[in-house]
Amino acid sequence: MIAETGHYALILALAVAIVQMVLPVIGTRLRDPQLTAVAVPAAQAEFILIGIAFIALTTAYVTSDFSVLNVWQNSHSAKPLLYKISGVWGNHEGSMVLWVLILALFGAAVATFGTNLPRQLQANVLAVQGSIAVAFLLFIILTSNPFTRLDPAPFDGQGLNPVLQDPALAFHPPFLYAGYVGFSMAFSFAVAALIDGRIDAAWARWVRPWTLAAWMCLTLGIAMGSWWAYYELGWGGFWFWDPVENASFMPWLAGTALLHSALVMEKRDALKVWTILLAIITFSLSLMGTFLVRSGVLTSVHAFAVDPERGVFILGIMAVFIGGAFALFAWRAPLLSQGGLFAPISREGSLVLNNLLLTVACAAVLVGTLYPLALEAVTGEKISVGAPFFNLTFVPLIVPLLIAVPFGPLLAWKRGDLYAAAQRLMVAAIVSLGVMIVTLAIYQKGPWLAPLGIGLGVWLLMGAATEIATRVKLFDASSTESWRRARNLPRAAYGSALAHAGVGLMVIGLVGTTAWRTERIEALSPGGTVDIAGYQLKFEGVAPRQGPNYQERVAVFEVTRNGHPVTELKPSKRAFAVEKSATTEAGIHNSWRGDLYVVLGDELKDGAYSIRIYFNPMVRLIWLGALVMFFGGGVSLSDRRLRVGAPKRAKPKSKTATAAAE
Amino acid sequence: MTFRRLILALLLALVTGTSFVGSALAVQPDEVLDDPALEARARDLSAGLRCLVCQNQSIDDSDAPLAKDLRVLVRERLKAGDSDKEIIEFVVARYGEFVLLKPRFTPHTWLLWLATPLVLLAALAAIVLAYRRRKVAAEGPKPLSTNEKRRLQRLVGEG
Repeated sequence: MIAETGHYALILALAVAIVQMVLPVIGTRLRDPQLTAVAVPAAQAEFILIGIAFIALTTAYVTSDFSVLNVWQNSHSAKPLLYKISGVWGNHEGSMVLWVLILALFGAAVATFGTNLPRQLQANVLAVQGSIAVAFLLFIILTSNPFTRLDPAPFDGQGLNPVLQDPALAFHPPFLYAGYVGFSMAFSFAVAALIDGRIDAAWARWVRPWTLAAWMCLTLGIAMGSWWAYYELGWGGFWFWDPVENASFMPWLAGTALLHSALVMEKRDALKVWTILLAIITFSLSLMGTFLVRSGVLTSVHAFAVDPERGVFILGIMAVFIGGAFALFAWRAPLLSQGGLFAPISREGSLVLNNLLLTVACAAVLVGTLYPLALEAVTGEKISVGAPFFNLTFVPLIVPLLIAVPFGPLLAWKRGDLYAAAQRLMVAAIVSLGVMIVTLAIYQKGPWLAPLGIGLGVWLLMGAATEIATRVKLFDASSTESWRRARNLPRAAYGSALAHAGVGLMVIGLVGTTAWRTERIEALSPGGTVDIAGYQLKFEGVAPRQGPNYQERVAVFEVTRNGHPVTELKPSKRAFAVEKSATTEAGIHNSWRGDLYVVLGDELKDGAYSIRIYFNPMVRLIWLGALVMFFGGGVSLSDRRLRVGAPKRAKPKSKTATAAAE
Repeated sequence: MTFRRLILALLLALVTGTSFVGSALAVQPDEVLDDPALEARARDLSAGLRCLVCQNQSIDDSDAPLAKDLRVLVRERLKAGDSDKEIIEFVVARYGEFVLLKPRFTPHTWLLWLATPLVLLAALAAIVLAYRRRKVAAEGPKPLSTNEKRRLQRLVGEG
């Protein structure tokens, strides 16, 4: 009964979404306020209905209702509760329900909290959101129904892929989807502006918080995925330029560019047409990410042809939305007025450089991801595009961008003074250079350019500090004055400085662990020892242990440093009986220098085990950097100017003020 | 222009040198060659060869048995005294271009390799064009030249 309720709620949601798509647009055309106002309750109802469907599916999972096909395929009664819940989106059908749930959540948020938006803009935005919901609800109901029943109901389920039974991966998809789907807001606003043929700085102010929120979620989602890969895949890699990763990285790159161009539009009323285009591109890449991951086209072009129904459907959705939006853009964009002028050397100019490099870097990733698929589809020839390609194309674009980052915030709007900015950055440059030299002296081995990379990271950190120091006139004014300025500085300034500093941390982590990672591959018998990076590890032996839904063999390592005990590491190999597969759990000891990372391999002859030990210097900075970026986004989001309610409060006030003055 | 030099140096280094993806291994203890120099070459070669049965993993990272076979093969060729190039040729002859994680620059990959520089050039051109057009639009029509003024006077005077 619960499953049927969920299914019925989905169908009702589709009906409501159709209303939400059609009536507000007719209302705005006929200038009928009542018809236009339908958008708000429709968006709210849609969210409630999809919410009911989602709860129904979750209930089926939690209660292990194996009469539902989807639950039987992806769950098992012995699974821990957390993974019963995360199993809801650990499969194709359920993840699509989560996708539309988040879509509806964003729509309902605009309906409920967007009361200060111009009615017509709000109605159009909700109508576009409704159309996306219609497409994806149709997709779910026609090709991927999660509520299909199974009769007779099997006694127990088939379980969830063990590598997915992990806390980081439980929350990776929701954040990723919140990012993907969050960009639909920017898309809907862009399309609504094109329908209206009107766009102003206020538009950017409304779009920016949504884009920022989506960007934060995507940042965290990608970082979680890479963190998971690091500790779960058993060899300490964290980014593979895998098509699935690229699929999430491309919207992130475009979304980052969008955040910056929306800034120019909000502050200076410039780059309007480009910002609209970028909003469309960003969401198109999100849709493409969904398509690439969900259609099976990545495993092989042929897998796509084997089960064409779903793939073709999403391809159709993509064609309609991307094609439609670009057609609308070509038709209406010339109507949009062009805004403020600026010199090439200016804050705007620096943000144009940011956009140029980010979008071209995004294009590089796009080409590298799609080219093998296209080539195989056209000529049948199979090639691989791996890390070397991206290191050659992506990295040379990103490095100049990172070098330029500290300059941007120091340049004035309209016309900046590059020389003055360079002077302010002198301290940062000297510190970075000093760090390079010290690094070179400490690590005489390893790639000679690694110290330059570390210097680049420090340059970003120091650049962020310089920005804040300049803005509060540190050392230039009295300390009380600086303190006063520091308190009055908008949170957005702190937010961007934090986010840029986060990038710096990430660069240091990436360079450090890539350049100076050390490793030992040994065949160890119990009692054997290994020395690595100043640590001594003693292999105590392997013992079996029973987990909630797996059997594991746990190795014990006594770790000492200069004879002092440090910790005990317990890498293990887990065997999942239900799913008939195994996972490797690394033993990781974390210190400020880096991670000691131990992996238990197979048992060899004569009781020895194949053991791999790595020391990954500074590796944690990668995810710390991502967290700082996320946090920076949050600080910026809490800025009053960005708050969705802020523009409204400011407007009537100024009106009454001018009225009073008259 | 030392700063510019620095950037160039950094760029060059990044282009030719490191990979930003953590190198790692699924190499077993018994596979490791005794000669460290040879082993280092084996690792470098393995990192550029794709494991045929995996999703986008190099044979150096993969636990798959087929990857192991290929790693051992690479090491055997190394011990036999082959150059890196000969080994790559040997593996490609057996398994096709698909094993190369860095595709070769041949007619069917021209577009792959050239797309990014082309997009960069096109984007730069678009920015320059947009800037010029904007500037012209903002400055308004040019003032009349002395010749034009004289001609205008003549016309007005005649009228």
